[in-house]
Amino acid sequence: MSALSMSGALNRALADALEADDRVLVFGEDVGPLGGVFRITDGLAARFGDRRVFDTPLAESGIVGTAIGMAMNGMRPVVEMQFDAFAYPAFEQITSHLAKMRNRTRGKVEVPVVIRIPYGGGIGGVEHHCDSSEAYYTHTSGLRVVTPGTPQDAYDLLRDAIDSPDPVIFLEPKRRYWSKGEVTPGADRVGFDRAVVRRPGRDVTLIAYGPMVATALETAEAATEEGWDVEVVDLRSLSPFDDETVCASVRRTGRAVVVHEASGFGGYGAEVVARVTERCFHHLHAPVLRVTGFDIPYPPPKLEEHHLPGVDRILDAIGRLQWDDEVVGAGRGA
Amino acid sequence: MVRTSLPARERSLLPTDEPLSLLTKTGEPVADPVLEMPGDDVLLELHRKMVVGRRFDTQATALTRQGRLAVYPSSRGQEACEVGAVLALREQDWLFPTYRDSVALVTRGVPAGETLTLLQGGWHLGYDPYEHRVGPQCTPLATNTLHAVGLAQAASLKGEDTVALVLVGDGATSEGDTHEALNFAGVWKAPVVFLVQNNGYAISVPMSKQNAAPSLAHKGVGYGVPSVLVDGNDPAAVYAVVRDAVRTAAEGGGPTLVEALTYRVEAHTNADDATRYRDADEVAAWLDRDPVDRIESHLAAKGLLDDARRAAVAQEAEAFAASVREVMNTDVEVDPAELFAHVYAQPTSHLQEQAAMLAEELA
Repeated sequence: MSALSMSGALNRALADALEADDRVLVFGEDVGPLGGVFRITDGLAARFGDRRVFDTPLAESGIVGTAIGMAMNGMRPVVEMQFDAFAYPAFEQITSHLAKMRNRTRGKVEVPVVIRIPYGGGIGGVEHHCDSSEAYYTHTSGLRVVTPGTPQDAYDLLRDAIDSPDPVIFLEPKRRYWSKGEVTPGADRVGFDRAVVRRPGRDVTLIAYGPMVATALETAEAATEEGWDVEVVDLRSLSPFDDETVCASVRRTGRAVVVHEASGFGGYGAEVVARVTERCFHHLHAPVLRVTGFDIPYPPPKLEEHHLPGVDRILDAIGRLQWDDEVVGAGRGA
Repeated sequence: MVRTSLPARERSLLPTDEPLSLLTKTGEPVADPVLEMPGDDVLLELHRKMVVGRRFDTQATALTRQGRLAVYPSSRGQEACEVGAVLALREQDWLFPTYRDSVALVTRGVPAGETLTLLQGGWHLGYDPYEHRVGPQCTPLATNTLHAVGLAQAASLKGEDTVALVLVGDGATSEGDTHEALNFAGVWKAPVVFLVQNNGYAISVPMSKQNAAPSLAHKGVGYGVPSVLVDGNDPAAVYAVVRDAVRTAAEGGGPTLVEALTYRVEAHTNADDATRYRDADEVAAWLDRDPVDRIESHLAAKGLLDDARRAAVAQEAEAFAASVREVMNTDVEVDPAELFAHVYAQPTSHLQEQAAMLAEELA
C-alpha cells in the first residue's frame, strides 16, 4: 500500500495491464513521449516501446475506429480522448460500432476497447474542456460506463475495464487527478458493476459518482453540524447500475439526493431518481431530489463555481427533504 | 527482377489521367507497361463468378418484389469490381464491405442465406466474420475504412501476413472517416487497400455535386497514399490492380487507394426511382460497356469460352439462384429472447428483468 494521486493510480494500472497482457495497447493524442496532457501515460512509451504505446494523428473518430479494427484482430486497445468534448467526433464509431458490434454480429465479434475520457469541470478550463458527457454514453446499450471517485478505484476500475470483454467508457474526473489516497494494486476488487457505501449514515443517502464523491463526503461532514447523519453511496459503475446497493441504502435512510455536475434535464440523475422511486417508494419520506449543474452550456472559468454543485447547495437540498412533515412511525423502513 | 509497383510509373502518388485498363470495351487486350494481364485460369474464374454474381443480384432484386427481402441495393454493372477485387485477395486477407457488396460476399464464399440475413431482416448480420474474414456490411458509410486500417495495423504489429481490403462508394469519400482512415493508413503504412467503386451516384447525387478534385483517386495524395485510377468495368484490370496493391501492402509497402470507374445500372435500391435524376441515354451508354460482355468477348476471341463452358456457367448460375430462392422462401424465425443475448458478454440484471418481462408477455 502506498499513497498515490488518482493520476498516479491510473498510470500504475496502465503499466500493470501492459505488463500483464501483450495484447494491451495504449494510444491516442500525445500519449507517447509527452505522457498525455495530464501525464496519465507518463513513462509508458519509454518502458513498453512505441509498438505498444504510441501517438496517433489528431482524429478521434480515427482513434476509436482503428481501435475497433484492432480489437477485431485480437488486441485490447486502451485509447485516450484528450478531453470530454473532444471525444464527440468519435461519437458515431462509439455508438454505432463499438457499442453494437457484439449485438450486430450475434456475439461473434467482441471489441474489448477501453476509451479513457477526462471529464467534468472545476479546473478553470476554457470552453470544450469541462463537459460532463456521461449521459450520452449511459443512454447507449452495449457500453459499460464507469467512473472512479478515489485513487484506489481509479486503479481497480481501470484494471477491470481492461479485463472486460465489453467496451468500456472510462470517465476520469479530471479535477480529482491530483487528489491522493492509499492504493493497493493487488487488493481484492469490489466488483466491476458494484456501487459502494463510502460513508455510512442513518438519515439520508447522497448518491454521487466521479468528481462529486469527494464533494458528497465533504457535505456529509458539514451535515453533522446540522444534526444529519448522511450516508454517501459512490456509484462507480453508471452502466450497468447497481440497484441493489443503492436501494438498500435508500431503504435504510428513507431519503435520497442525487448529485452530479452534468446538467439535470434529461440527465443521468433522472434515471437514478426514477429507479430509486420505482423500487423504494414505500420507504421514502420525501421526493428524491437532484443537485446538478444548471441546464446551460458549461460556463467560462470565472463563473463555473456558480454552476458546479457544492457543499452548500447539497446541504440546502438535504434541508428540503420534508423533515418537518414526517409522521413518526409512519412506515419508515428499518 | 525488381517489380515496379503501379504508382511508381508516375514517380508520384498521383493516379494516371486515364483509367488503367487491360481490356477494351469490346474485349480486345490492351498492352500496359506495368499492369500484368491475369492468366487464363484467372480470367475464366472472373467470368464464372461474375455470371453467378449477376444472377444472384437479379434474384435478390426479384425477392424484394416478392416481399422476401425488405430491401436490396443492387450492384448490377459493378461485377468487375465486386468479383475482381475479391478474387485478388488471399485466404488470409480481410474484406470490409458495404451494403451494396452482397455479390462480393458470395464471391468470397459467404453462403447466400447468410449474406442476405441483414436485408431479410432476421438479424443485422448472418455470417461469422472470422469464418470468412469478412467484416460486417457497413451501412453508415465509411466507418468500415477505419476498422480495416485498425485490423490491418494490428496484423502488422503481430507480424501476421494479412491485408485488409475495404470497399467504399463515391459518396463515402466525402465522409470524414474516409479521410481519417487514409491518413492513419498513410502514417502507419498499414497493409490496407481502399477500393472506391465510383458508380456515378450517391443515391441521387451525382459526382459533380460530390467532388471537385480531378478524380477521387487524387484524394490519396494528401495523405501520402499512392493512388490508382482503373476502369471499373474491366475485370482483368481491377483484378490486376487490386492484386498488385495487396502484394505491395503485404510486402510492407503500405496502403493504396484505388478508384474504379463504374456505373450503378439499377436504382439505389428497389425503393428508389432513378428516372427522377438521370436519363435513359446515360444508362444505355453504360450498358454498352458491360463488364460481363467484355470478358465474355475476350475469352471467346481467345478460344477459351465455347458453348459448352458458357452453358455450364449459366447452369451453375441458375442452380445458385434456385438455392437462393429456396433459402429465402423459408420463413426465418428468430427467438425474441435473442434480443437480450448479445448486448453484453453476460446479460446485466437489468436486461434479465426486461427479458423476463418479454417472456411473460409471450407466454
